[in-house]
Amino acid sequence: MNEYIISKQVGKTLFEKIWNKHVVKTINGGPSVLYIDKHFIHEVTSPQAFNGLKKRGLGVLRPQQVIATADHNVPTINQHLPIKEELSRKQVEQLISNCANFGIELYGLGHPYQGIVHVIGPELGITQPGTTIVCGDSHTSTHGAFGAIAFGIGTSEVEMVLATQCLLQTRPKLMRINIEGNLNKGVVSKDIVLYIISKISASGATGYFVEYAGSAIRALSMEARMTICNMSIEMGARGGFIAPDETTFNYLKGRKFAPQSHEWDKQVAAWKELYTDQDAVFDKELFIDASEIEPMITYGTNPGMGIPVSGHIPSLNEVVDEDKSSFEKSLYYMGLQPGISLIGKKVDYVFIGSCTNSRIEDLRMVAAFVKGRKKSGDVEVWVVPGSKQVEQQAIEEGIDKIFSDAGFQLRQPGCSACLGMNEDKIPAGKYCISTSNRNFEGRQGPQARTLLASPLTAAVAAITGQVADVRDYL
Amino acid sequence: MMKKNINTIISTAVPLTVENVDTDQIIPARFLKGTTREGFGKNLFRDWRYKDDDDQKPRADFVLNNPAFSGRILVAAKNFGCGSSREHAAWALKDYGFDVVVSSFFADIFSNNALNNFLLPVLVSDSFLKLIFELIQNNPSEKLEVNLEKQIIRISSTGGEESFEINTYKKACLINGYDDIDYLLSLRNEIEEFEKARV
Ligand code: SF4
Repeated sequence: MNEYIISKQVGKTLFEKIWNKHVVKTINGGPSVLYIDKHFIHEVTSPQAFNGLKKRGLGVLRPQQVIATADHNVPTINQHLPIKEELSRKQVEQLISNCANFGIELYGLGHPYQGIVHVIGPELGITQPGTTIVCGDSHTSTHGAFGAIAFGIGTSEVEMVLATQCLLQTRPKLMRINIEGNLNKGVVSKDIVLYIISKISASGATGYFVEYAGSAIRALSMEARMTICNMSIEMGARGGFIAPDETTFNYLKGRKFAPQSHEWDKQVAAWKELYTDQDAVFDKELFIDASEIEPMITYGTNPGMGIPVSGHIPSLNEVVDEDKSSFEKSLYYMGLQPGISLIGKKVDYVFIGSCTNSRIEDLRMVAAFVKGRKKSGDVEVWVVPGSKQVEQQAIEEGIDKIFSDAGFQLRQPGCSACLGMNEDKIPAGKYCISTSNRNFEGRQGPQARTLLASPLTAAVAAITGQVADVRDYL
Repeated sequence: MMKKNINTIISTAVPLTVENVDTDQIIPARFLKGTTREGFGKNLFRDWRYKDDDDQKPRADFVLNNPAFSGRILVAAKNFGCGSSREHAAWALKDYGFDVVVSSFFADIFSNNALNNFLLPVLVSDSFLKLIFELIQNNPSEKLEVNLEKQIIRISSTGGEESFEINTYKKACLINGYDDIDYLLSLRNEIEEFEKARV
């Protein structure tokens, strides 16, 4: 990997083109007032924002630009029954009443469009190139896969956008990560992003917005691009995005809220103008050769602590002095030792889900691998689709049958064990291979131990009951 | 709401020497079920403060449980507040009683959330951070003075100081107790003009 730092400014980056079109005004010596096209909300980070509006006697300025769903807190079995846990139920009920009172469309439990907020936006065609998108959730960067400026905000900011459809933002620095070449067998987009983060660290892109580019990125499907953009925040970036192209247009065409008929051609013509000029300059650029990338796995408690599955955890003398104490603390939490290989490590749970890897393509990838195979006896395997539509599609394609034959549980849509806010928690001390995006201490439940990996690496762990190199099974 | 303006804060400080403290540590997801901004302080750093959810006994080895340390300033190691966008992290710190967090590196969204809740993130150099960690650990009654107007953080006993950055707009908001919403609401006409002009 090579790194260049450049500062001179010439042509325009895609980021600047979109940003400039959305600036209402700029405060002298301060941030810009940025206009927001689409605002997604969910039950956990919105109640205080609505309370704020009520206190100030305000309404929602553009309710038709706000889309709500219930995802973080919802159970993934028996969704037709009332939510058992009282506080979760109250949050979901508040979302329902807030949406009704303020005139916001809600895809709540039981609705055919319900699902994880970052899965439903794209699949409904709400997420479109050249737009600004926010949500009170850091993985809003997912929508950047369509060439949108999409980023997570806090609840005070949710309130601002509800009230004014605008936000005060300082323009971030820009970084481009170029990935050229072909991916090796068994390597998928999750491995690309885990590889990048392992190279630049969990704070390596703090202060930046990242554009992903290069032939390896252009060759990816929309689902795969979303996986990469999703984890931009895991390298510290405010967001990440990819210039739209034919793959983007083909994905969007015919979707529920995508432009229709003659409006479609007009929009596609406009979207074709969304690219970074050849002579545009970034504050920082990275170049990665796709063939360097192997199937990846994390061993520690931040997403930057990743290694090729065939490699080994760094030994103590490979860690720089200033990182030693956090490295040791992390391994202690994980119950792992420096210098060891993870191959053969027994796992207790496999979680295939979250806004990183719960789309139909992820489920198809897992199904193709496990078809005719059975899960190892003592692993618990949860597959949680990202949305009702994904769930429905999986049933139509017979993927549900493949999973039940293999002994996998196909559950109902939601965030589930990604953050363990509902009952789907990994017990203390247990190991879980997870396709989600965070391996923080306690993320999947108090004292739970998370190994982040691709859906393929998760699938092979489900079959063998241990960490394995998927390339040995293809 | 836990808002108030900020200017000068003189206080003892609590040293949290762990790096990469993420928002799941500041406030674990299972405690995000409240629908108001209050009350999150009792679950601040929950999993480090208590052994498990049923056990209310504080863990003696965690700094918040050490009676020697207290105050309105949290001194934290680098990359503080990474992870999710949950503003609950800022609410929990503020609700617990902190008005300032000092570190050598903050995650972006955390800084924004903190500022929107009148919790001042003070960014200092690695060497200054190391120095204050040492001083506080040797003498927990050591005081820090944070002067927002002058953008200076100072060690009371030694007079050692460092200046810190904050954008002028945000500084004015904090000192005067304004928030972004008040400002954005005043732009209503400009926003509508902008909308008309772009279709
Ligand atoms: S799936 Fe996980 S990361 Fe994605 S929105 Fe839900 S909780 Fe956040």
